[in-house]
Amino acid sequence: MYKNFLRYLTSVIFLLGFSASANAEFKVGFVYVGPTGDHGWTYQHHEGRNAVEAAGIKTTYVESVPEGADAERVIRQLAQSGHDLIFTTSFGYMDPTNKVAKEFPNVKFEHATGYKREHSNVSTYSARFYEGRTLLGHIAGKMTKTNTIGYIASFPIPEVIRGINAMTLAAQKVNPNIKTKIVWVFTWYDPGKEAEAAQALIDQGADIIMQHTDSTAPVQTAEKAGVWSFGQASDMQRFAPKSILTSIIDDWAPYYVERAIAARDGTWGQQDTWHGLNEGMVAMAPYNSAMGSDLVKEVEQLQKDLASGKAHSFTGPIYDQKGKLLVAEGKVADDGMLAGMSVYVKGVEGDIPK
Amino acid sequence: MILDISFIGILIGSIMASSVPLILAASGELITERSGVLNLGVEGMMIIGAISGFALMVITDNLFLAIIGSMLSGVIISLIFGFLTQSLLTNHVATGLALTIFGIGLSAMLGKNFVGIPGKDFPILFESLKESIPFFGPILFGHSIILYFAFVLPFLTSYFLKKTKLGLIVRAVGDSPTSASNQGINVILVRYCCILYGGSMCGLAGAYLSLIYTPQWIENMTAGRGWIALALVVFATWSPIKVLIGALIFGGITIMQLHMQAVGLRIPVQFLSALPYLMTIIVLVVISRDSRKIKLNTPTSLAKIFYKEK
Repeated sequence: MYKNFLRYLTSVIFLLGFSASANAEFKVGFVYVGPTGDHGWTYQHHEGRNAVEAAGIKTTYVESVPEGADAERVIRQLAQSGHDLIFTTSFGYMDPTNKVAKEFPNVKFEHATGYKREHSNVSTYSARFYEGRTLLGHIAGKMTKTNTIGYIASFPIPEVIRGINAMTLAAQKVNPNIKTKIVWVFTWYDPGKEAEAAQALIDQGADIIMQHTDSTAPVQTAEKAGVWSFGQASDMQRFAPKSILTSIIDDWAPYYVERAIAARDGTWGQQDTWHGLNEGMVAMAPYNSAMGSDLVKEVEQLQKDLASGKAHSFTGPIYDQKGKLLVAEGKVADDGMLAGMSVYVKGVEGDIPK
Repeated sequence: MILDISFIGILIGSIMASSVPLILAASGELITERSGVLNLGVEGMMIIGAISGFALMVITDNLFLAIIGSMLSGVIISLIFGFLTQSLLTNHVATGLALTIFGIGLSAMLGKNFVGIPGKDFPILFESLKESIPFFGPILFGHSIILYFAFVLPFLTSYFLKKTKLGLIVRAVGDSPTSASNQGINVILVRYCCILYGGSMCGLAGAYLSLIYTPQWIENMTAGRGWIALALVVFATWSPIKVLIGALIFGGITIMQLHMQAVGLRIPVQFLSALPYLMTIIVLVVISRDSRKIKLNTPTSLAKIFYKEK
């Protein structure tokens, strides 16, 4: 009975071709770069998916999809199997997403943290994580005793470089002697390697550990070594209750729900979204009381100012490592410059891997 | 870089800690391979050991049970491999690959409820000595019992293979199962035992990661270490001591390159990241140049299916 029904259904879909997909149940697909249990980046996207599901929309997801050829296959598979809207949630899915989008003009695509919208059915979205990094930099500059901040970086893409720069600029503002040491691990997710990187930075004198990778290993290493740390993507406080000063939280849920409903109701249009503290796409976990109430108040004020636009993470004058002026005094960096950021600001040590 | 003597001691200590899972898994796999069985499921057995150990720790709150349980879980999952390859005579390579894929999937499923639970502190031995003796303190003391075991294991393995009758039987089975069988040795039984032993060591290697090194459970947390262990066995030409050397070089350069970055040395980072793989291969190839020894150590019947003549 069930099988016959399926057969009937497939033949109907086959006969009606693409028009059938509009009549079939509306479905949203998600492609994740890590496992949903990473307690970081993918975990937060998965929370967003749960919110879409709670809004009464059917969803499916594929986790731990490597960036590259595999990604294209998975995205195409989702498009073929009747998904109407597909969220691809990692920078490295940028080209595969656009490629598949061309083949499926009736399917809508949303690519996270990218900048390519080659077809009218591709939107991009990202969060202004750098606003959170500015707050971390401010805290780090005040809290460090060794004036050395250790930064575990994943891949040399604008997103990561922007975070390093925003953090360093904010830290320099409150502590001109600050040094940022960076270790590139070339992975988003390898707990062992992230722990080793954190340990290396601590051994090299860093008393603040910051990460742009997805596992909780760095904060645990910091906890063991008795230095400060910051959580990434989700509130990692319970993994390192003493060490964590705050976490940057990515909140994708409202955006995902809004876009899924728009796509279902036919009001979806191409756009480039970049939300921050103001819209709540970037949020801060509670501040550790070890910071002292004065610093907490200061940071909360800065958080409000960043949200309202009174303060900006990249306010001039900003120089690059060689001393070339990037942003003039009194100006702020525009979104184009932020999106394509590929140089370190003055005060960051080392070269960006090419 | 701060190159004082006590700093180097700390560095060596952390290099040792990072190479433990490789030593354990590679030593276990070495015995399996010396008996003529190629088990590519190391990664899968490690990840199963990692989740079993962590889950048992959470449920029973007993680290000893957790360690034993992780080894048992490695034994159980390798039993599947043993049954398929030894009793049903399936292809070793395909079955091993399937075991890895199965292990990663199963561990993710089992681990759903254990994500986000912080681990427990694993007892550290001689912690006071670690602080009080410069240089040698951090190298010799302040480690978990598993680390000491891992560093003794290659020597025990070497002794077992070279000096004991059982070791000789394992080697005979790996080199010429037909002759061994004609001598009255139960080839299948020996291979089963070696597979299960390999499984238990891989399980322990996984538990080291989830209970001691980065005490938590997260999916796919072995992150390819099983494959490195497998490669180590081959490049060390099936010699336990060279496995130890290889694991230390790999761990050492991994950690050194992170330090070099932190210091800000102007060497391309991609090159530094590739360095552990390159150096480990180069060093092991250089120290294993003696072709007579390679012939002696290589299990000639590796991955060949043994049909017992009736």
